[in-house]
Amino acid sequence: MLGQEPTEAIVSRVIRVIAETQKLPLEMVTIDKTFEELKIDSLDGINIVFALESEFKLDIPDDAMREILSVRAAAEGIEKLLIKKEAAAQ
Amino acid sequence: MNRRVAITGVGVVSPLGLDYASFWDALSRGEPAIREMTIVPPSTMRYPNAAEVRGFDPVAHFEEKELNFVDRFAQFAMVAAREARAASGIQFDPERTAIITGTSAGGQTTEDENFYSYYAMKGRVSPLTIPRVMGNAAASRISLEFGITGPVFTISTACSSSNHAIGQAFWMVRSGIVDAAITGGSEAPFSTGFLKSWEAMRVVSPDTCRPFSRDRKGLILGEGGAVLILEPLEAAHARGATVWAEIVGFGMSSDAHHITQPSVAGPVRAMRAALADARITPEQVGYINAHGTGTIANDSSEATAIREAFAGAPPVSSTKSMHGHALGAAGALEAAATIGALRHGVLPPTANFTSADPACDLDVVPNMARVVQVEYALSNSFAFGGLNAVLAFHNAD
Repeated sequence: MLGQEPTEAIVSRVIRVIAETQKLPLEMVTIDKTFEELKIDSLDGINIVFALESEFKLDIPDDAMREILSVRAAAEGIEKLLIKKEAAAQ
Repeated sequence: MNRRVAITGVGVVSPLGLDYASFWDALSRGEPAIREMTIVPPSTMRYPNAAEVRGFDPVAHFEEKELNFVDRFAQFAMVAAREARAASGIQFDPERTAIITGTSAGGQTTEDENFYSYYAMKGRVSPLTIPRVMGNAAASRISLEFGITGPVFTISTACSSSNHAIGQAFWMVRSGIVDAAITGGSEAPFSTGFLKSWEAMRVVSPDTCRPFSRDRKGLILGEGGAVLILEPLEAAHARGATVWAEIVGFGMSSDAHHITQPSVAGPVRAMRAALADARITPEQVGYINAHGTGTIANDSSEATAIREAFAGAPPVSSTKSMHGHALGAAGALEAAATIGALRHGVLPPTANFTSADPACDLDVVPNMARVVQVEYALSNSFAFGGLNAVLAFHNAD
């Protein structure tokens, strides 16, 4: 969707944040799961985005947040924002 | 005993004006009071705009020593109560009068300041923090000043607080438990900590509040207070008081669905309960003052609920487009707006409206007030936590 294949390191951190926030066993949160499958509703999603912002020291804007509806989309979105942040810092 | 209940006085402190007359004047002209915030530096927020009460000078209304005890939220309620009492001309029987107020956050600006002083500045916490912060501070302040000794209490149900308070006061006057009531609500939510909490929820609009518009982006926070004087219609007529309108019904429900997501079924049941309590049919209702927050989720869900409760939905407007979302005071400000609509024969518009959303298929009185005398009107309040409270009003005969 966002065209960036996230690195394994980012994927594993995103999975850990989602599992910790949602109090889910780590093995249950896999890259192919949608938030719906994990019973993550919109308020949970806002809470996850908040935790991801802290984890990655990022500001996730509202429009980017609205696309984060699966574990993969979360990892891809983070990857994209990190690249943008790095580019802006240079 | 089931008495008819008249509203004989209204007082308002709002972003649109510091009394009822200026509040109504701005509403009927469709002029929003949404501007860049000043109480908290806008640069610290993701959203720069708010509907603040401007030009309110506490020292003009209270002795300076008194102000030590009275948070801004209680100041709003007290000043509105004085205006409502003066307009009504009522002489209260102290033991036979109730005061029921609504607030969501109470004196949380006082709390924010004192906790900041302690945690961040290594300062101390004032001994007056507790009496300023408590949710009933406004009701108690009115009780002290007016010498009211009957039932006095406060209801806190987030954004439905004032409607729950007014509904309860209405029932107590109607049933004869008391002979008069001072009721409404107030809110003063502009502290950094509280605004940051709203920011984190991502429901505040980055520009303005556009209820029911296709391009709506969220709510705009507001503040203020409004107070109504209720008494039996017969008593009002007997003393020659001006009757502004009547309250004729109150309905409430709980969604039992989700802590923040709105439901359709809960609001439908609350609107139907208000109609049943008022013994009127949906066809008799000529106007609905919507909860209409301007969030994606609320407005489409509320529109669906209205269409389900009303075969042919009457005109609906959200005055939050002008005075913002005053949270626990919302129902009180919107009661004042609804009473104004009935009294003046003018429906206040939904301001900032740009284009219709098919998911909100209603006549939302876009941007321009409409001259039409309606007989009955509803005012909706739906709260986080799924608590719905709906008031039904009737124009004065």
